[in-house]
Amino acid sequence: MTDLSRRKLIKTGLAAATGIAGLGMAARLAKNYGLIPPDAGGIWGVGETLNYASYRLLTNHSMAREFPRSEISTKPLANEMPPLSDAFKKLQAGGFADWRLSVDGMVDRPGMFSLEQLKSYPVRSQITQLACEEGWSYVAEWTGVPLSHVLEVAGIQPRARYVVYFSIDPDWWDSIDMGDALHPQTYLAYGMNGGDLPIGNGGPLRMRVPRQLGYKSVKFITRLAVTDDLRKFGKGLGSASPETGYAWYAGV
Amino acid sequence: MGAMQSVPAELVPGPAPHSPSTAQPSRHSALVRAAHWIVALSFLALLVSGVEILISHPRFYWGENGNVLTPVLFKLPIPSSRSLVPTGYGFVLPDQNGWSRYLHFQSAWFAVLAGLVYVVAGFVSGHFRKNLLPRGEEVSWRALGRTITSHLRFERPSAAEAWTYNLLQRLSYLVVIFALFPMVIWTGLAMSPAFTSAFPASVTLLGGRQSARTIHFFVAMSLLLFFLVHVGMVWFAGFRSRMRTMITGRIDGPLEGA
Repeated sequence: MTDLSRRKLIKTGLAAATGIAGLGMAARLAKNYGLIPPDAGGIWGVGETLNYASYRLLTNHSMAREFPRSEISTKPLANEMPPLSDAFKKLQAGGFADWRLSVDGMVDRPGMFSLEQLKSYPVRSQITQLACEEGWSYVAEWTGVPLSHVLEVAGIQPRARYVVYFSIDPDWWDSIDMGDALHPQTYLAYGMNGGDLPIGNGGPLRMRVPRQLGYKSVKFITRLAVTDDLRKFGKGLGSASPETGYAWYAGV
Repeated sequence: MGAMQSVPAELVPGPAPHSPSTAQPSRHSALVRAAHWIVALSFLALLVSGVEILISHPRFYWGENGNVLTPVLFKLPIPSSRSLVPTGYGFVLPDQNGWSRYLHFQSAWFAVLAGLVYVVAGFVSGHFRKNLLPRGEEVSWRALGRTITSHLRFERPSAAEAWTYNLLQRLSYLVVIFALFPMVIWTGLAMSPAFTSAFPASVTLLGGRQSARTIHFFVAMSLLLFFLVHVGMVWFAGFRSRMRTMITGRIDGPLEGA
Protein backbone atom coordinates (compact mmCIF):
# COMPACT_ATOMS: atom_id res chain seq x y z
CA MET A 1 0.00 0.00 0.00
CA THR A 2 1.46 3.37 -0.97
CA ASP A 3 1.60 6.40 1.33
CA LEU A 4 -0.89 8.21 -0.83
CA SER A 5 -3.48 5.46 -0.71
CA ARG A 6 -2.98 5.02 3.04
CA ARG A 7 -3.56 8.73 3.57
CA LYS A 8 -6.65 8.49 1.40
CA LEU A 9 -7.93 5.54 3.41
CA ILE A 10 -7.37 7.35 6.73
CA LYS A 11 -9.04 10.47 5.38
CA THR A 12 -12.04 8.49 4.13
CA GLY A 13 -12.29 6.67 7.45
CA LEU A 14 -12.15 9.92 9.41
CA ALA A 15 -14.76 11.51 7.17
CA ALA A 16 -17.07 8.50 7.59
CA ALA A 17 -16.61 8.51 11.38
CA THR A 18 -17.31 12.26 11.54
CA GLY A 19 -20.38 11.75 9.36
CA ILE A 20 -21.78 8.98 11.55
CA ALA A 21 -21.07 10.93 14.75
CA GLY A 22 -22.69 14.00 13.16
CA LEU A 23 -25.79 12.05 12.22
CA GLY A 24 -26.02 10.61 15.74
CA MET A 25 -25.75 14.09 17.23
CA ALA A 26 -28.34 15.46 14.81
CA ALA A 27 -30.72 12.64 15.73
CA ARG A 28 -30.30 13.35 19.47
CA LEU A 29 -30.82 17.10 18.95
CA ALA A 30 -33.87 16.44 16.78
CA LYS A 31 -35.36 14.23 19.48
CA ASN A 32 -34.71 16.77 22.23
CA TYR A 33 -36.35 19.55 20.24
CA GLY A 34 -39.35 17.43 19.29
CA LEU A 35 -38.52 17.31 15.59
CA ILE A 36 -39.25 13.59 15.17
CA PRO A 37 -42.78 12.78 13.97
CA PRO A 38 -44.63 9.79 15.48
CA ASP A 39 -44.47 7.83 12.21
CA ALA A 40 -40.69 8.22 11.84
CA GLY A 41 -40.04 4.48 12.06
CA GLY A 42 -39.85 2.40 8.91
CA ILE A 43 -38.60 3.07 5.42
CA TRP A 44 -40.23 6.50 5.00
CA GLY A 45 -38.82 7.85 8.27
CA VAL A 46 -36.08 9.92 6.63
CA GLY A 47 -38.38 11.91 4.35
CA GLU A 48 -41.10 12.22 6.97
CA THR A 49 -38.65 13.48 9.59
CA LEU A 50 -37.08 15.98 7.18
CA ASN A 51 -40.56 17.29 6.27
CA TYR A 52 -41.70 17.64 9.84
CA ALA A 53 -38.40 19.04 11.17
CA SER A 54 -38.31 21.64 8.36
CA TYR A 55 -41.82 22.75 9.24
CA ARG A 56 -40.89 23.05 12.92
CA LEU A 57 -37.76 25.03 12.16
CA LEU A 58 -38.97 27.20 9.27
CA THR A 59 -42.70 27.70 9.53
CA ASN A 60 -43.65 27.27 13.18
CA HIS A 61 -45.09 30.79 13.53
CA SER A 62 -46.19 31.43 9.97
CA MET A 63 -49.81 32.12 9.04
CA ALA A 64 -51.71 30.21 6.37
CA ARG A 65 -52.63 32.39 3.42
CA GLU A 66 -55.90 34.24 3.84
CA PHE A 67 -57.96 35.37 0.87
CA PRO A 68 -60.25 38.29 0.05
CA ARG A 69 -63.98 37.60 0.24
CA SER A 70 -64.12 37.74 -3.58
CA GLU A 71 -62.03 34.56 -3.77
CA ILE A 72 -64.43 32.38 -1.80
CA SER A 73 -65.27 29.39 -4.03
CA THR A 74 -68.86 29.31 -5.21
CA LYS A 75 -68.63 25.53 -5.16
CA PRO A 76 -67.04 24.31 -1.91
CA LEU A 77 -66.77 20.64 -2.67
CA ALA A 78 -68.13 18.18 -0.14
CA ASN A 79 -65.99 15.18 -0.96
CA GLU A 80 -67.01 11.55 -0.70
CA MET A 81 -67.31 10.10 2.78
CA PRO A 82 -68.49 6.88 4.38
CA PRO A 83 -72.23 6.61 5.17
CA LEU A 84 -73.28 8.37 8.34
CA SER A 85 -73.78 6.17 11.38
CA ASP A 86 -77.08 5.75 13.20
CA ALA A 87 -75.62 7.61 16.16
CA PHE A 88 -74.89 10.56 13.90
CA LYS A 89 -78.34 10.49 12.32
CA LYS A 90 -79.96 10.52 15.75
CA LEU A 91 -77.99 13.60 16.76
CA GLN A 92 -78.80 15.19 13.42
CA ALA A 93 -82.53 14.58 13.97
CA GLY A 94 -82.22 16.51 17.22
CA GLY A 95 -80.61 19.46 15.47
CA PHE A 96 -77.28 18.50 17.07
CA ALA A 97 -78.52 19.92 20.41
CA ASP A 98 -77.06 16.82 22.09
CA TRP A 99 -73.73 16.95 20.22
CA ARG A 100 -70.93 16.94 22.79
CA LEU A 101 -67.23 17.59 22.61
CA SER A 102 -65.38 15.87 25.45
CA VAL A 103 -61.96 17.08 26.53
CA ASP A 104 -59.75 14.79 28.56
CA GLY A 105 -56.13 13.88 29.18
CA MET A 106 -53.54 16.33 30.49
CA VAL A 107 -55.95 19.12 31.36
CA ASP A 108 -56.87 20.52 34.78
CA ARG A 109 -60.60 20.68 34.02
CA PRO A 110 -61.72 17.81 31.80
CA GLY A 111 -65.29 18.18 30.61
CA MET A 112 -68.01 18.21 28.00
CA PHE A 113 -68.90 21.08 25.71
CA SER A 114 -72.13 21.53 23.78
CA LEU A 115 -72.19 23.35 20.46
CA GLU A 116 -74.02 26.21 22.20
CA GLN A 117 -71.18 26.52 24.69
CA LEU A 118 -68.59 26.50 21.93
CA LYS A 119 -70.55 29.17 20.07
CA SER A 120 -70.61 31.34 23.21
CA TYR A 121 -66.82 31.61 23.11
CA PRO A 122 -65.05 34.29 21.03
CA VAL A 123 -66.12 33.83 17.41
CA ARG A 124 -63.33 33.94 14.86
CA SER A 125 -63.38 33.52 11.12
CA GLN A 126 -60.79 33.02 8.41
CA ILE A 127 -60.97 32.80 4.63
CA THR A 128 -58.54 30.01 3.86
CA GLN A 129 -57.98 27.28 1.34
CA LEU A 130 -58.80 23.66 1.90
CA ALA A 131 -56.39 21.65 -0.24
CA CYS A 132 -56.78 17.90 -0.59
CA GLU A 133 -53.77 15.61 -0.93
CA GLU A 134 -55.38 14.40 -4.17
CA GLY A 135 -54.81 17.81 -5.75
CA TRP A 136 -58.12 19.69 -5.69
CA SER A 137 -58.90 22.72 -3.55
CA TYR A 138 -61.45 25.35 -2.60
CA VAL A 139 -61.51 28.53 -0.55
CA ALA A 140 -64.16 29.09 2.11
CA GLU A 141 -64.82 31.30 5.08
CA TRP A 142 -64.58 29.17 8.20
CA THR A 143 -66.16 30.29 11.47
CA GLY A 144 -65.45 28.75 14.84
CA VAL A 145 -63.61 29.00 18.10
CA PRO A 146 -59.82 28.83 18.17
CA LEU A 147 -58.76 25.47 19.56
CA SER A 148 -56.38 27.38 21.85
CA HIS A 149 -59.37 28.96 23.59
CA VAL A 150 -61.01 25.62 24.38
CA LEU A 151 -57.64 24.31 25.60
CA GLU A 152 -57.30 27.37 27.81
CA VAL A 153 -60.77 26.79 29.28
CA ALA A 154 -59.83 23.18 29.99
CA GLY A 155 -56.45 24.22 31.37
CA ILE A 156 -53.70 22.33 29.58
CA GLN A 157 -50.89 21.10 31.77
CA PRO A 158 -47.32 22.21 31.06
CA ARG A 159 -46.13 18.76 30.03
CA ALA A 160 -48.75 18.44 27.28
CA ARG A 161 -47.22 18.05 23.81
CA TYR A 162 -49.99 16.93 21.47
CA VAL A 163 -53.73 17.26 21.01
CA VAL A 164 -55.44 14.15 19.68
CA TYR A 165 -58.86 14.67 18.12
CA PHE A 166 -61.52 12.09 17.30
CA SER A 167 -64.37 11.97 14.82
CA ILE A 168 -67.69 10.35 15.66
CA ASP A 169 -66.61 7.91 12.93
CA PRO A 170 -64.17 5.65 14.83
CA ASP A 171 -62.01 5.24 11.72
CA TRP A 172 -61.02 8.90 11.85
CA TRP A 173 -58.79 10.41 14.46
CA ASP A 174 -55.69 12.53 14.18
CA SER A 175 -53.30 14.64 16.23
CA ILE A 176 -51.28 17.84 16.04
CA ASP A 177 -48.38 19.15 18.07
CA MET A 178 -48.80 22.06 20.49
CA GLY A 179 -47.42 24.48 17.90
CA ASP A 180 -50.36 23.72 15.63
CA ALA A 181 -52.85 23.28 18.47
CA LEU A 182 -52.18 26.76 19.87
CA HIS A 183 -51.80 28.35 16.44
CA PRO A 184 -54.30 31.23 16.00
CA GLN A 185 -55.71 29.74 12.77
CA THR A 186 -56.43 26.31 14.21
CA TYR A 187 -60.19 26.25 14.86
CA LEU A 188 -62.95 24.04 15.98
CA ALA A 189 -65.13 25.20 13.09
CA TYR A 190 -68.93 25.15 13.23
CA GLY A 191 -69.72 27.60 10.44
CA MET A 192 -68.93 28.02 6.78
CA ASN A 193 -69.58 30.91 4.40
CA GLY A 194 -71.92 32.63 6.84
CA GLY A 195 -74.12 29.62 7.68
CA ASP A 196 -73.89 26.45 9.73
CA LEU A 197 -71.15 24.10 8.63
CA PRO A 198 -72.84 21.69 6.18
CA ILE A 199 -72.62 18.00 7.04
CA GLY A 200 -70.80 17.29 3.77
CA ASN A 201 -68.07 19.69 4.85
CA GLY A 202 -67.78 18.24 8.34
CA GLY A 203 -70.69 19.79 10.24
CA PRO A 204 -71.63 20.27 12.95
CA LEU A 205 -68.03 20.49 14.19
CA ARG A 206 -64.82 20.14 12.28
CA MET A 207 -61.17 20.65 13.09
CA ARG A 208 -59.60 23.26 10.84
CA VAL A 209 -55.79 23.13 10.44
CA PRO A 210 -55.15 25.36 7.41
CA ARG A 211 -51.36 24.93 7.33
CA GLN A 212 -51.82 21.25 6.58
CA LEU A 213 -53.69 19.36 3.87
CA GLY A 214 -57.39 18.61 4.12
CA TYR A 215 -57.15 15.24 5.80
CA LYS A 216 -55.82 16.83 9.01
CA SER A 217 -59.05 18.86 9.20
CA VAL A 218 -61.03 15.89 10.55
CA LYS A 219 -64.83 16.07 10.33
CA PHE A 220 -67.47 15.47 13.05
CA ILE A 221 -65.26 16.10 16.10
CA THR A 222 -66.53 14.62 19.38
CA ARG A 223 -63.43 14.31 21.54
CA LEU A 224 -60.11 15.98 22.30
CA ALA A 225 -57.38 14.23 24.27
CA VAL A 226 -54.37 16.21 25.45
CA THR A 227 -51.25 14.09 25.86
CA ASP A 228 -47.48 14.01 26.05
CA ASP A 229 -47.22 10.63 24.35
CA LEU A 230 -48.85 9.63 21.07
CA ARG A 231 -47.87 5.99 21.58
CA LYS A 232 -50.92 5.62 23.83
CA PHE A 233 -53.31 6.03 20.90
CA GLY A 234 -54.18 3.48 18.24
CA LYS A 235 -51.07 1.81 16.88
CA GLY A 236 -48.94 4.60 18.28
CA LEU A 237 -48.28 6.32 14.96
CA GLY A 238 -50.02 9.57 15.87
CA SER A 239 -53.21 9.22 13.87
CA ALA A 240 -55.38 6.94 11.79
CA SER A 241 -53.60 8.13 8.62
CA PRO A 242 -50.27 6.30 9.07
CA GLU A 243 -52.24 3.15 9.93
CA THR A 244 -53.62 3.24 6.39
CA GLY A 245 -50.30 4.30 4.86
CA TYR A 246 -50.61 8.10 4.89
CA ALA A 247 -48.16 10.50 6.52
CA TRP A 248 -48.96 11.95 9.96
CA TYR A 249 -47.53 15.33 9.02
CA ALA A 250 -49.53 16.74 6.12
CA GLY A 251 -47.98 20.17 5.58
CA VAL A 252 -46.81 19.06 2.13
CA MET B 1 -12.94 -6.70 -18.23
CA GLY B 2 -13.34 -8.57 -14.95
CA ALA B 3 -15.07 -7.32 -11.88
CA MET B 4 -11.60 -6.66 -10.45
CA GLN B 5 -11.17 -3.71 -12.72
CA SER B 6 -13.80 -1.72 -10.89
CA VAL B 7 -11.98 -2.15 -7.58
CA PRO B 8 -9.77 0.90 -7.01
CA ALA B 9 -6.13 -0.21 -7.28
CA GLU B 10 -5.23 1.18 -3.87
CA LEU B 11 -7.71 -1.17 -2.18
CA VAL B 12 -6.18 -4.28 -3.72
CA PRO B 13 -3.81 -5.83 -1.18
CA GLY B 14 -0.18 -6.35 -2.03
CA PRO B 15 1.99 -4.29 -4.35
CA ALA B 16 -0.01 -1.88 -6.44
CA PRO B 17 -0.51 -3.39 -9.88
CA HIS B 18 0.59 -1.11 -12.63
CA SER B 19 -2.47 -0.94 -14.77
CA PRO B 20 -3.11 1.65 -17.46
CA SER B 21 -6.41 2.54 -15.85
CA THR B 22 -4.63 4.20 -12.93
CA ALA B 23 -2.84 6.53 -15.28
CA GLN B 24 -5.99 7.47 -17.14
CA PRO B 25 -7.82 10.53 -15.83
CA SER B 26 -11.39 10.02 -14.66
CA ARG B 27 -14.01 11.02 -17.21
CA HIS B 28 -16.50 11.96 -14.49
CA SER B 29 -15.48 12.88 -10.95
CA ALA B 30 -16.71 10.66 -8.13
CA LEU B 31 -18.97 13.46 -6.96
CA VAL B 32 -20.56 13.90 -10.38
CA ARG B 33 -21.13 10.14 -10.65
CA ALA B 34 -22.64 9.84 -7.16
CA ALA B 35 -24.90 12.85 -7.72
CA HIS B 36 -25.92 11.52 -11.13
CA TRP B 37 -27.09 8.18 -9.78
CA ILE B 38 -28.77 9.53 -6.66
CA VAL B 39 -30.69 12.03 -8.78
CA ALA B 40 -31.43 9.42 -11.46
CA LEU B 41 -32.92 6.94 -8.97
CA SER B 42 -34.79 9.70 -7.15
CA PHE B 43 -36.18 10.96 -10.45
CA LEU B 44 -37.56 7.53 -11.32
CA ALA B 45 -39.13 7.25 -7.85
CA LEU B 46 -40.58 10.76 -8.18
CA LEU B 47 -41.95 9.90 -11.60
CA VAL B 48 -43.67 6.69 -10.51
CA SER B 49 -45.07 8.18 -7.29
CA GLY B 50 -46.04 11.40 -9.09
CA VAL B 51 -48.06 9.46 -11.66
CA GLU B 52 -49.76 7.50 -8.85
CA ILE B 53 -50.71 10.73 -7.05
CA LEU B 54 -51.90 12.26 -10.32
CA ILE B 55 -54.24 9.31 -10.92
CA SER B 56 -56.23 10.31 -7.84
CA HIS B 57 -57.20 13.52 -9.64
CA PRO B 58 -56.27 13.51 -13.34
CA ARG B 59 -57.78 16.96 -13.92
CA PHE B 60 -55.94 20.27 -14.26
CA TYR B 61 -57.00 23.82 -13.50
CA TRP B 62 -55.59 27.31 -13.64
CA GLY B 63 -55.59 29.85 -10.83
CA GLU B 64 -56.11 29.27 -7.13
CA ASN B 65 -58.82 26.61 -6.96
CA GLY B 66 -60.29 23.68 -8.82
CA ASN B 67 -62.25 20.54 -8.05
CA VAL B 68 -64.74 18.21 -9.70
CA LEU B 69 -67.42 20.91 -9.53
CA THR B 70 -65.40 23.51 -11.42
CA PRO B 71 -64.40 23.68 -15.10
CA VAL B 72 -61.08 22.12 -16.06
CA LEU B 73 -58.17 23.51 -18.03
CA PHE B 74 -57.79 19.98 -19.40
CA LYS B 75 -58.09 16.44 -18.13
CA LEU B 76 -56.22 13.27 -18.89
CA PRO B 77 -58.29 10.48 -20.48
CA ILE B 78 -57.30 7.93 -17.84
CA PRO B 79 -59.18 6.13 -15.04
CA SER B 80 -58.87 7.49 -11.51
CA SER B 81 -58.25 6.04 -8.05
CA ARG B 82 -61.13 8.09 -6.62
CA SER B 83 -64.81 7.48 -7.24
CA LEU B 84 -65.31 11.24 -6.87
CA VAL B 85 -63.71 11.92 -10.24
CA PRO B 86 -65.93 11.43 -13.30
CA THR B 87 -63.67 9.68 -15.80
CA GLY B 88 -66.09 7.82 -18.07
CA TYR B 89 -64.53 4.54 -16.97
CA GLY B 90 -66.73 2.10 -15.11
CA PHE B 91 -64.10 1.24 -12.51
CA VAL B 92 -61.97 2.88 -9.85
CA LEU B 93 -58.28 2.08 -9.46
CA PRO B 94 -56.86 1.16 -6.03
CA ASP B 95 -55.68 4.06 -3.89
CA GLN B 96 -51.87 4.24 -3.90
CA ASN B 97 -51.44 7.77 -2.55
CA GLY B 98 -50.18 6.83 0.92
CA TRP B 99 -46.85 5.26 -0.02
CA SER B 100 -46.66 7.40 -3.17
CA ARG B 101 -46.68 10.60 -1.16
CA TYR B 102 -44.13 9.23 1.33
CA LEU B 103 -41.90 8.09 -1.54
CA HIS B 104 -42.38 11.34 -3.48
CA PHE B 105 -41.14 13.54 -0.64
CA GLN B 106 -38.36 11.20 0.51
CA SER B 107 -36.90 10.97 -3.00
CA ALA B 108 -37.39 14.71 -3.46
CA TRP B 109 -35.19 15.25 -0.38
CA PHE B 110 -32.51 12.91 -1.75
CA ALA B 111 -32.58 14.59 -5.16
CA VAL B 112 -32.52 18.10 -3.72
CA LEU B 113 -29.71 17.40 -1.25
CA ALA B 114 -27.57 15.58 -3.84
CA GLY B 115 -28.38 18.32 -6.35
CA LEU B 116 -27.33 21.05 -3.93
CA VAL B 117 -23.98 19.41 -3.25
CA TYR B 118 -23.51 18.92 -7.00
CA VAL B 119 -24.35 22.54 -7.86
CA VAL B 120 -22.16 24.05 -5.14
CA ALA B 121 -19.26 21.74 -6.06
CA GLY B 122 -19.87 22.44 -9.75
CA PHE B 123 -19.35 26.16 -9.24
CA VAL B 124 -16.40 25.76 -6.88
CA SER B 125 -14.54 23.23 -9.03
CA GLY B 126 -15.29 24.98 -12.31
CA HIS B 127 -17.17 21.93 -13.62
CA PHE B 128 -19.96 24.08 -15.06
CA ARG B 129 -17.56 26.60 -16.63
CA LYS B 130 -15.20 23.97 -18.05
CA ASN B 131 -17.57 21.17 -19.03
CA LEU B 132 -21.07 22.56 -19.45
CA LEU B 133 -20.85 26.17 -20.63
CA PRO B 134 -20.58 26.08 -24.42
CA ARG B 135 -17.01 26.68 -25.54
CA GLY B 136 -16.15 29.96 -27.24
CA GLU B 137 -15.98 28.53 -30.75
CA GLU B 138 -19.36 26.84 -30.26
CA VAL B 139 -21.34 29.94 -29.49
CA SER B 140 -22.76 30.57 -32.94
CA TRP B 141 -25.91 29.69 -34.80
CA ARG B 142 -23.82 27.87 -37.40
CA ALA B 143 -22.23 25.63 -34.77
CA LEU B 144 -25.63 24.94 -33.28
CA GLY B 145 -27.02 24.13 -36.74
CA ARG B 146 -24.09 21.79 -37.40
CA THR B 147 -24.57 19.79 -34.22
CA ILE B 148 -28.34 19.60 -34.74
CA THR B 149 -27.83 18.30 -38.29
CA SER B 150 -25.34 15.69 -37.12
CA HIS B 151 -27.85 14.55 -34.48
CA LEU B 152 -30.66 14.41 -37.04
CA ARG B 153 -28.46 12.32 -39.33
CA PHE B 154 -27.87 9.95 -36.42
CA GLU B 155 -24.12 10.24 -36.87
CA ARG B 156 -22.35 8.13 -34.29
CA PRO B 157 -20.15 10.17 -31.96
CA SER B 158 -16.40 9.88 -32.50
CA ALA B 159 -14.13 8.35 -29.88
CA ALA B 160 -13.01 11.87 -28.98
CA GLU B 161 -16.55 12.78 -28.05
CA ALA B 162 -16.52 10.29 -25.23
CA TRP B 163 -14.24 12.76 -23.43
CA THR B 164 -16.39 15.82 -23.78
CA TYR B 165 -19.94 17.05 -24.28
CA ASN B 166 -21.21 18.38 -27.58
CA LEU B 167 -23.10 21.65 -27.82
CA LEU B 168 -26.60 20.12 -27.64
CA GLN B 169 -25.62 18.10 -24.60
CA ARG B 170 -24.20 21.16 -22.87
CA LEU B 171 -27.29 23.23 -23.55
CA SER B 172 -29.76 20.54 -22.52
CA TYR B 173 -27.84 19.70 -19.32
CA LEU B 174 -27.73 23.40 -18.42
CA VAL B 175 -31.48 23.73 -19.02
CA VAL B 176 -32.18 20.65 -16.90
CA ILE B 177 -29.91 21.72 -14.04
CA PHE B 178 -30.67 25.44 -13.92
CA ALA B 179 -34.23 25.68 -15.27
CA LEU B 180 -36.25 22.45 -15.10
CA PHE B 181 -35.06 21.15 -11.72
CA PRO B 182 -35.37 24.53 -9.93
CA MET B 183 -38.80 24.98 -11.51
CA VAL B 184 -40.09 21.54 -10.55
CA ILE B 185 -38.88 22.07 -6.96
CA TRP B 186 -40.45 25.54 -6.78
CA THR B 187 -43.83 24.44 -8.17
CA GLY B 188 -43.78 21.43 -5.85
CA LEU B 189 -43.14 23.57 -2.77
CA ALA B 190 -45.84 26.00 -3.94
CA MET B 191 -48.37 23.21 -3.35
CA SER B 192 -47.36 22.82 0.30
CA PRO B 193 -49.70 24.71 2.64
CA ALA B 194 -46.91 24.88 5.25
CA PHE B 195 -44.28 26.21 2.84
CA THR B 196 -46.64 28.78 1.34
CA SER B 197 -47.62 29.96 4.83
CA ALA B 198 -43.99 30.94 5.36
CA PHE B 199 -43.34 32.06 1.78
CA PRO B 200 -46.66 33.13 0.24
CA ALA B 201 -45.01 34.68 -2.81
CA SER B 202 -43.89 31.20 -3.85
CA VAL B 203 -47.46 30.44 -4.92
CA THR B 204 -48.93 33.88 -5.69
CA LEU B 205 -46.15 34.53 -8.24
CA LEU B 206 -47.28 31.40 -10.09
CA GLY B 207 -50.90 32.54 -10.15
CA GLY B 208 -52.23 30.22 -7.45
CA ARG B 209 -52.11 26.68 -6.16
CA GLN B 210 -53.78 25.05 -9.18
CA SER B 211 -51.51 26.92 -11.60
CA ALA B 212 -48.53 25.64 -9.60
CA ARG B 213 -49.86 22.09 -9.88
CA THR B 214 -50.39 22.42 -13.64
CA ILE B 215 -46.91 23.88 -14.19
CA HIS B 216 -45.45 21.13 -11.97
CA PHE B 217 -47.02 18.58 -14.33
CA PHE B 218 -45.62 20.19 -17.48
CA VAL B 219 -42.13 20.62 -16.05
CA ALA B 220 -42.20 16.99 -14.91
CA MET B 221 -43.20 15.95 -18.44
CA SER B 222 -40.29 18.01 -19.83
CA LEU B 223 -37.94 16.19 -17.46
CA LEU B 224 -39.42 12.88 -18.62
CA LEU B 225 -38.81 13.90 -22.23
CA PHE B 226 -35.21 14.79 -21.37
CA PHE B 227 -34.83 11.45 -19.57
CA LEU B 228 -36.11 9.46 -22.57
CA VAL B 229 -33.92 11.30 -25.08
CA HIS B 230 -30.93 11.08 -22.72
CA VAL B 231 -31.28 7.31 -22.31
CA GLY B 232 -31.88 6.99 -26.06
CA MET B 233 -28.69 8.89 -26.84
CA VAL B 234 -26.72 6.83 -24.31
CA TRP B 235 -28.04 3.73 -26.04
CA PHE B 236 -27.03 5.12 -29.41
CA ALA B 237 -23.54 6.10 -28.25
CA GLY B 238 -22.95 2.65 -26.73
CA PHE B 239 -25.00 1.73 -23.70
CA ARG B 240 -22.51 -0.58 -21.98
CA SER B 241 -19.48 1.65 -22.31
CA ARG B 242 -21.32 4.86 -21.36
CA MET B 243 -22.94 3.17 -18.37
CA ARG B 244 -19.58 1.80 -17.26
CA THR B 245 -18.04 5.24 -17.56
CA MET B 246 -20.81 6.86 -15.52
CA ILE B 247 -20.36 4.18 -12.83
CA THR B 248 -16.56 3.79 -12.68
CA GLY B 249 -15.43 7.05 -14.26
CA ARG B 250 -13.24 5.14 -16.71
CA ILE B 251 -13.25 5.03 -20.46
CA ASP B 252 -12.02 1.91 -22.22
CA GLY B 253 -9.75 2.12 -25.17
CA PRO B 254 -7.03 4.49 -26.29
CA LEU B 255 -6.74 7.95 -24.92
CA GLU B 256 -6.36 9.77 -28.22
CA GLY B 257 -9.43 11.85 -27.82
CA ALA B 258 -8.47 13.41 -24.51
